[in-house]
Amino acid sequence: MAPGVIVVVFLGLATMALKAAGPVLLEGRPLPRPATAVVVLMGPSLLAALIAVSTFEGTRSLVVDARALGVLAAAVALRFKVPSLLVVIIAAAVTATARAVS
Amino acid sequence: MSRPDGPSPNRSSGARAAVPLAAPVFAFGVSFGALAESAGFNPFLAVAMSATTFAGSAQFAAASILTAGGGAAAALIAGILLNARYIPIGISLAPAIAGPVWKRFLYAQLAVDESWAVSHIGDGRYDKDLLFGAGLTLYLSWLIGTALGVVAGGVLGDPERLGLDAAFPALFLVLLAPRLGDREARWTVLGGGLVALALVPLAPAGVPILTAVIPPLLIARFTWRRA
Repeated sequence: MAPGVIVVVFLGLATMALKAAGPVLLEGRPLPRPATAVVVLMGPSLLAALIAVSTFEGTRSLVVDARALGVLAAAVALRFKVPSLLVVIIAAAVTATARAVS
Repeated sequence: MSRPDGPSPNRSSGARAAVPLAAPVFAFGVSFGALAESAGFNPFLAVAMSATTFAGSAQFAAASILTAGGGAAAALIAGILLNARYIPIGISLAPAIAGPVWKRFLYAQLAVDESWAVSHIGDGRYDKDLLFGAGLTLYLSWLIGTALGVVAGGVLGDPERLGLDAAFPALFLVLLAPRLGDREARWTVLGGGLVALALVPLAPAGVPILTAVIPPLLIARFTWRRA
């Protein structure tokens, strides 16, 4: 089998299993209370990690570049209660501008 | 975004919540389609990957490794590590997804970081209709984008030139802000963010984000004991 076929088939199956594990095995039942306490905090924690990594990740390094400016602009816009679509557009526009001039 | 006291969440409010990211997801879909060509995927394979894996960062990583001649095993491992976070994400969604097993399986496939984040309705609870609306919107954007990229190559140019990579952290920030109300959440945000950053230079991609489950485990355990 070509490497492309192997990767598509097995990464597809693995990802479907990873996504489905919780909902399939737990059968829609409420989580026990200690687990709920973890899940409540996991949302903000995972979001923070996603923000941090997608803003500062280089190739196996941390970098501060145009993305950081864009995300900073988004944070300022958020402070002024700008609607979310506009916050996202501001982040992209600032990042694109910073890249264009650098 | 729906709040617990707002109108009851439904599929169309989920779709609306995903709108800010539909364009960036579409544009990165196009660029994935173009990259997949150079990774030696035939058109069908590239679209099949977007349809079945439906996770941008893992697909980009796997295709880049193949393009660089890294081999199938390395590409597969990188992709699985990047998607390992879907286990905790799936667990957090599980109580919201009832019904027959095939239905739970299919709903779970609509989970990506963005659809998961917008389907939160407060106190760690999630809504399956929001997940459905947001997930399907992003799924179609990703799939149609990939198909276009395969057919037309990088017609839109590099999405990063348009700053579209910054759209994702920006929306996550929008979704995180209202959840910083209590002290435990702020500590866990600090912990999750810093642990992930510290691991970026040290660990393979995917692991830094996955380790964000550790601060909630520690903090929840601590407050549970105190209570």
